[in-house]
Amino acid sequence: MSRIKELFSKYRKKVFSPRTQLIFMIILLVAAFACPLVITNKYTLHIIISCFIYACLTLSLNLIIGWSGQFSLGHVCFFGMGAYITTLLTINTGMNFFFAWIIGVIFTSAFAALLCYPTLKLRGDYIAVVTLGFGEVFRLFLTNAVDITRGPAGIPSIPSPILFGIEISGKTMFYYFALVLLLGFIVFMKRFNNSGFGMAMMTVNEDDVAAIALGLNPKRYKMAAFAIGGGMAALIGGFYAVYMGMIAPTSFSYAESIKMVSMTVLGGLASIPGSIIGAFLLTALPEALRSFSEYRMVLYGAAMVVMMIFKPDGMWSRNKRTKNEYKYVAMRGVKNGKNSAS
Amino acid sequence: MFFQHLVNGIVIGGIYAMVALGYSMVYGVLQIVNWAHADVLMFGTFIGLILTGLGLPVWAMIIIAASFTAALGVTVERVAYRPIKSGNRKMAVLVSALGMSTFLQNLAQLLFGSSTKPFSAIKKGNYEIGTIIFSNIQVIILTITAIMLLILYIVVYKTKMGVAMRACSINIENAKLMGINTNRIISITFAIGAFMAGIAGILIGTYYSAVYPTMGYLLGMKAFAAAILGGIGSIQGAVAGGFVIGIIESLGAGYISSSYRDAYAFIVMIIILVIRPSGIFGAKHIDKV
Repeated sequence: MSRIKELFSKYRKKVFSPRTQLIFMIILLVAAFACPLVITNKYTLHIIISCFIYACLTLSLNLIIGWSGQFSLGHVCFFGMGAYITTLLTINTGMNFFFAWIIGVIFTSAFAALLCYPTLKLRGDYIAVVTLGFGEVFRLFLTNAVDITRGPAGIPSIPSPILFGIEISGKTMFYYFALVLLLGFIVFMKRFNNSGFGMAMMTVNEDDVAAIALGLNPKRYKMAAFAIGGGMAALIGGFYAVYMGMIAPTSFSYAESIKMVSMTVLGGLASIPGSIIGAFLLTALPEALRSFSEYRMVLYGAAMVVMMIFKPDGMWSRNKRTKNEYKYVAMRGVKNGKNSAS
Repeated sequence: MFFQHLVNGIVIGGIYAMVALGYSMVYGVLQIVNWAHADVLMFGTFIGLILTGLGLPVWAMIIIAASFTAALGVTVERVAYRPIKSGNRKMAVLVSALGMSTFLQNLAQLLFGSSTKPFSAIKKGNYEIGTIIFSNIQVIILTITAIMLLILYIVVYKTKMGVAMRACSINIENAKLMGINTNRIISITFAIGAFMAGIAGILIGTYYSAVYPTMGYLLGMKAFAAAILGGIGSIQGAVAGGFVIGIIESLGAGYISSSYRDAYAFIVMIIILVIRPSGIFGAKHIDKV
């Protein structure tokens, strides 16, 4: 008994009770909402909005890589598809942004599920290459199908969305828009993670054969992961288009996919806080290194290597988190004297 | 015209094959994808460019630059891959490799500038046979490719080291138990792969007379597609895949549309993977419970 106490006293500082966690979260939330009141610098706000966009994208990619275990390297394809469909619908048909947005998300979601279908037979690295290939073909399509996408010049001056007669424009408005989206994503992922569906997906990820033995259909969950993840990315794509006011094929290059994968793995697989930390870190790091001007991307690459050597499971890995939860439960038991096992 | 496209396709396919070998051999031994391979190649090409500027003869330039590339390949493995031992190793190595790739690309931009540089180590001349025109560079590319593939064949299938390498690719743990110094074999695999990549980089740099820091990206992706197409981990597969991709790309650009030139490699790869998931020469993978 005393041995256990001794053991846990070492970790006590690292374990937070649910109440501390709640207080911490409320503080974060208040800070997030108060942010534009304090920060008036437009550039800083833009960086924070970019952080939000990447955090959402990382969450949606983590659903595919972390929760369902399919290594997708073509996530930018869904992001770009959402952006292009939404924009083209609003510009060409004069449709309301929100309707176009929904159509874009549904279409991309269906496309992602279809794209997943041929990869179902493949394993690991092969999925990576097929998705990467699709991303590349998509980018080439954007560049070359000038009649539809207006080619490499892109689409300039995208109108701002109008919600209940209020035009959303300006950095502050978009900040709240992005924040609401991110919060929505977090709540969704949290619910998804605790739902039976999410757990079934993780079971399929852990072991296909065991999942079949439990009566789960792995194909269904793998396709669902792509459909949901792709749809989420398209949602952010639509937002990105109206926020930036212009889109071009160069914004949806392979380098962006690589960036998202790096954020996902660096943050931690199948971890919600991990995704957000990873996205914020890798978006803010180049900005923080700005004073090194031309050396910054070199340092950025080196930093990624170093981080992976010292934290191969990511900044906030799922394993660590569950271990922490167990620790908390066990510790409370020790405190209250309820823990009979010693 | 058909034979003209075919000749061009075979030449470019030879280069893809040499780059694909680097991906395939590393995957065979370590089961990881060396994403920094293409950037190692680019660095080697720049070294070749500098050596040419110093006035070295072509053969010496190729050998020295490729040796440097081999050393760089080994260093990348030592620095970015070997230290990662725990955790979800495959993912961690992947991000580390991507970091390395960013690092090398930007370092090259810093050292050599981001503009495209002409590379004319070999004087260009054209030959004609009937209606087919081919340049002396194409002949040199094919000759060097053939020599390199022959050397590789001898090293892998006729020497003791080659036996050790093949043993590692079957099962690295068992190979270790048999007294093979696996760390040394891993280094040698990276060195051979990077050496071939260095030569391929110099050849393609001379072929298009263009060297720039991001030149590795598309070349690397297509070579990787070739490795997957042939069945990753298989040497014959990588060579076959390289030639298939090169020829299809050349024919596609000639007959269908040249603006989608870069897409054919991926489209063919996706179709073949759907029909035959393990690639042309790949061993059938059986999941054990």
